[in-house]
Amino acid sequence: MPQILVEGLAKTYRVAERDPGTWGAVRGLVRRRWRTIEALKGVDFSLEAGELLGFIGPNGAGKSTTIKILSGILQPSEGRCEVGGLTPWRDRIRHVARIGVVFGQRTQLWWDLPVIEGFDLLRDIYSVPPDRYRRTRDELVGLMRLEKLLDQPVRQLSLGQRMRCEIAAAMLHEPSILFLDEPTIGLDAPSKLAVRDFVRVLNKERGVTVILTTHDMHDIEALAERVIVIGNGTILADSPFETLRQGVLAERRMFIDFEADAPDLAGLDLAGVTVHGRDGRALELAFDPRVIAAPQLISRITAAHSVADIHVDEPAIEEVIARFYDLHGAGEA
Amino acid sequence: MDALRLYGRYTAVSIRSQLAYPGSFLMMSFGQFLVTVIEFVGVWALFQRFGHIQGWRVGEVALFYGLASVIFSVADAVTRGFDIFGSVFVKTGNFDRLLLRPRTTALQLLGYELRLTRIGRLAQGLIVFSIGVHMTGFSWTPASAALLAWALAGGTALFSGLFICQATLAFWTVESLEAMNVLTYGGEAAAEYPLDVYARWFRDFLIFVVPIAAVTYFPLVAAMGRTDPLGTPAWALPLTPLAGFAFLALSLWIWGFGVRRYTSTGS
Repeated sequence: MPQILVEGLAKTYRVAERDPGTWGAVRGLVRRRWRTIEALKGVDFSLEAGELLGFIGPNGAGKSTTIKILSGILQPSEGRCEVGGLTPWRDRIRHVARIGVVFGQRTQLWWDLPVIEGFDLLRDIYSVPPDRYRRTRDELVGLMRLEKLLDQPVRQLSLGQRMRCEIAAAMLHEPSILFLDEPTIGLDAPSKLAVRDFVRVLNKERGVTVILTTHDMHDIEALAERVIVIGNGTILADSPFETLRQGVLAERRMFIDFEADAPDLAGLDLAGVTVHGRDGRALELAFDPRVIAAPQLISRITAAHSVADIHVDEPAIEEVIARFYDLHGAGEA
Repeated sequence: MDALRLYGRYTAVSIRSQLAYPGSFLMMSFGQFLVTVIEFVGVWALFQRFGHIQGWRVGEVALFYGLASVIFSVADAVTRGFDIFGSVFVKTGNFDRLLLRPRTTALQLLGYELRLTRIGRLAQGLIVFSIGVHMTGFSWTPASAALLAWALAGGTALFSGLFICQATLAFWTVESLEAMNVLTYGGEAAAEYPLDVYARWFRDFLIFVVPIAAVTYFPLVAAMGRTDPLGTPAWALPLTPLAGFAFLALSLWIWGFGVRRYTSTGS
């Protein structure tokens, strides 16, 4: 029995359509026209305990609707969803006692309170026994290096410091599942790395199941073994990230520095290769390794021209995802 | 029991964060006190001119006025979370956070803030009530004291229920509905005078629809040892504050509908 089971999950909203302008708003008071929005159109997946799932998709694709249903704050219109044997929206209180949720854009701590007092209050909200609380808290404080932050009011923390405290706060009651909604949004590079490290430790060493939504593809690359791509309310792909990359964009990039100005390569037999950029002596080629392997390409070029340096790279992950959305017509509406 | 303990913790936290700005706390409380005292001075002037209203003298009205004020200040202080519910929780989506915690939403909102500045109005109510006690020779007995405490409990429940109803509407309207002030502030104002000064239809409203008379007028008439000029039998008078708790229970039930609406539409 998987820890999270989702079957045929669908959610439709009815929103009032409003004509533009003041007059339209007034008219809307009298006669309303409703428009139905299908946020989810039948989503199925399951997750075993201890997995780390990346959940990605353009804005409005249905990511946050799914997360809201899984965390018990939204009821679906149709479908089944069980988390640890409970139906989240029906057994809300028992369900939320077993999950932790971090919203990157919202705090769960108390703005005016020192961090440690917010932690203490969460202990009482979740009824964590005192000695177990002390042990968990001290571990989390050590792991996230929060010692110096504990006595500061939350409003005085930087975003990165706050996010470390937020994740620790979400783990105080030792949930078995952690939902992270854009945990690295707006963070500087060191803070992003710290958050990723922490999530990795929680998942690998503590066996916490993690569901991560993000627009930062480096989060996905660094953390997720499995990725679900959602678009237009359906699951477009559910696979390891590498599989996704190869399926969508097998293309590689070759960066060549020539001894002289970058030459015209028209005379060479270079099927499956396109010139992607050219700047003085530097040339960037895109090639399909299934048509022409990198060593072959290198030897053909070096045979004809003298080359100073070569390296081969994969296209940026953002490009892979953007290409994927395009293929499925799932770009932002 | 655990819920009560948590409420205590919430309250302690709320008090500490309000006292972090002592100047603001003192000014606001004093302001509350002053505004409401001036209100009573107006009532006083009225009686100086007319002597009595339907046989009620100023000392007796001071008792009604004081009790209503004390009840309202307590209810207003504890239900702050419901008062600002629409703008702070619905509009911003912060209600999600309450749903993510393993506690009832009502408890979390009650714990949101204990508004200390209402101490100004509480003080005014107590002073006016003491004046009434002094002028009427109100006799303090265990029975009359218990009746007052019982009325205070029922009254706090009733007005809290009104604030909860007001907050429930915010699930549909998003912003808190100022129209509900007719029932909250207006209800308190109506309770400042003895019930029998009002017209029949308004009396019925205050007894059967929003039972404000049941938590102020009837128990106070009993505590004063008077017979009700409206003819309510003496044995029934002390029971009436129960209506406040019934009203609160009904409000919480309606609140549940609002929460379900929120979870099915996602605000």
